[in-house]
Amino acid sequence: MQKFSAWSLFKEAFGGHQGWKSQWRRATPKAEYDAIIVGGGGHGLGAAYYLAAEHGLTNIAVVEKGWIGGGNTGRNTTIIRSNYLFDESARLYDHSLKLWEDLSQVLNYNTMFSPRGVMMLAHTVHDIQVLKRHIHANRGNGVDNEWLEPEQAKEFCPLLNIEKNIRYPVVGAALQRRGGVARHDTIAWGYARAADALGVDIIENCEVTGIRRDAQGAVEGIETSRGYIRSKKIGVSAAGNTSVVMGYAGIKLPLESYPLQALVSEPVDPIMPCVVMSNTIHAYMSQSDKGELVIGAGTDAYNSYTQRGALHINTHTLESICELFPVVRRLRMLRNWGGIVDCTPDRSPIIAKTEVKGLYVNCGWGTGGFKATPGSAHVFAHTIAHDEPHPIAAPFTIERFREGFLIDEAAAAAVAH
Amino acid sequence: MLLIECPYCGPRPELEFAYGGQAHIARPADPSKASDQEWLEFLYLRDNTRGLFAERWRHARGCGRFFNAIRDTTTDHFVVTYKAGEARPAPTAGGAR
Repeated sequence: MQKFSAWSLFKEAFGGHQGWKSQWRRATPKAEYDAIIVGGGGHGLGAAYYLAAEHGLTNIAVVEKGWIGGGNTGRNTTIIRSNYLFDESARLYDHSLKLWEDLSQVLNYNTMFSPRGVMMLAHTVHDIQVLKRHIHANRGNGVDNEWLEPEQAKEFCPLLNIEKNIRYPVVGAALQRRGGVARHDTIAWGYARAADALGVDIIENCEVTGIRRDAQGAVEGIETSRGYIRSKKIGVSAAGNTSVVMGYAGIKLPLESYPLQALVSEPVDPIMPCVVMSNTIHAYMSQSDKGELVIGAGTDAYNSYTQRGALHINTHTLESICELFPVVRRLRMLRNWGGIVDCTPDRSPIIAKTEVKGLYVNCGWGTGGFKATPGSAHVFAHTIAHDEPHPIAAPFTIERFREGFLIDEAAAAAVAH
Repeated sequence: MLLIECPYCGPRPELEFAYGGQAHIARPADPSKASDQEWLEFLYLRDNTRGLFAERWRHARGCGRFFNAIRDTTTDHFVVTYKAGEARPAPTAGGAR
């Protein structure tokens, strides 16, 4: 692996930048692996990296039907935070946030993680109660979160409109200072590069079309568009298409796939110093390093696999954004797109063993998977390597929906689902 | 935005409708006797089909009535809509649009 440093940049500059090598190999499938990860997004590539780096499994492959990082990893709004209500969620998401903090150094790849603060707005008495409940719960779990009055919120984000004459005036905010954003592609590329250096095969344009099982029911290998590949351990990390892949093994999960859209404005000078989210009026916004305002909201209403949604969802979002940030009203929007997110009934993920021996699943990240990428990948790798859940992943079972131990962030989370 | 054919009112824009998820899911006949597994299936397990999917819609800002539709979830193309209580029509080709 070609190490990145100020020195290597300096050296390559003298060679006209012709000396840079491909950051990972274009692998072709081998006949057999010790473990295969299905899905080359951040979660899948990260799991492969941790399997190789921490559990010594290097004869492994990541199979991806398109190109790596081309699904939800490349389609999200990159918000990173860990201010979830329940203990189980706080542990999981904060584990992830802590990994984000030094991931650039660990991977020798600049993830452009920028803990610039995530501010969640309150517009009603109910919002105030919900956000304060979150703040107290978070602090009890060692997760930073603090209450701001409207004037303090405006001080933190001068763009914010705190006038009393709008439909839903800002009456306060919860701020997680350790939260922020990162660049979406870097998490896929950084993990891919580091995993490849440890011998992991990253196989693109390789769609899974079936899962073979032996007479005892245990997994034996996967059928793909590039042939049959044997493996006794298969980890599925296929986001919106998880139901399809798990269906090949006869497993039905409590998942529904919805389109989730995002959009960006034309690039402008730095005007937005943090991330601002509002659940009540359904909008969130930050600014990328390129200068584009990155905007998102809730999902479209219906199940779909189309990776596009309807314009009225964006219109609704922009109406909210324009009311909160009147200064952006004249900006033109540059691009909008959709990704397919797999949502569980309680809006918490599933990171678990399944009833099929050798088959593991990491899914249900719904609308908020990007922030969790390192933590999710880390605990999923542990689950695969040890054939038992990592302690942080242990509550996120499939069985919780039968047993009633929901981790109901759907009702509780301070996030727009 | 989807154009949805309400069986009672004709084609109307998606904005007038509310989505109701998978169609033809019957509530357990004797809820107190249903096992945990049956409750799991009734409450949480949905087909999440990639392809032709039978689903409920409600013309919430129109006639207010529920009806069912078959839609291809890979194209969002509506194959047919039909009244609640009617049997699911035989599977039809998706008809990519």
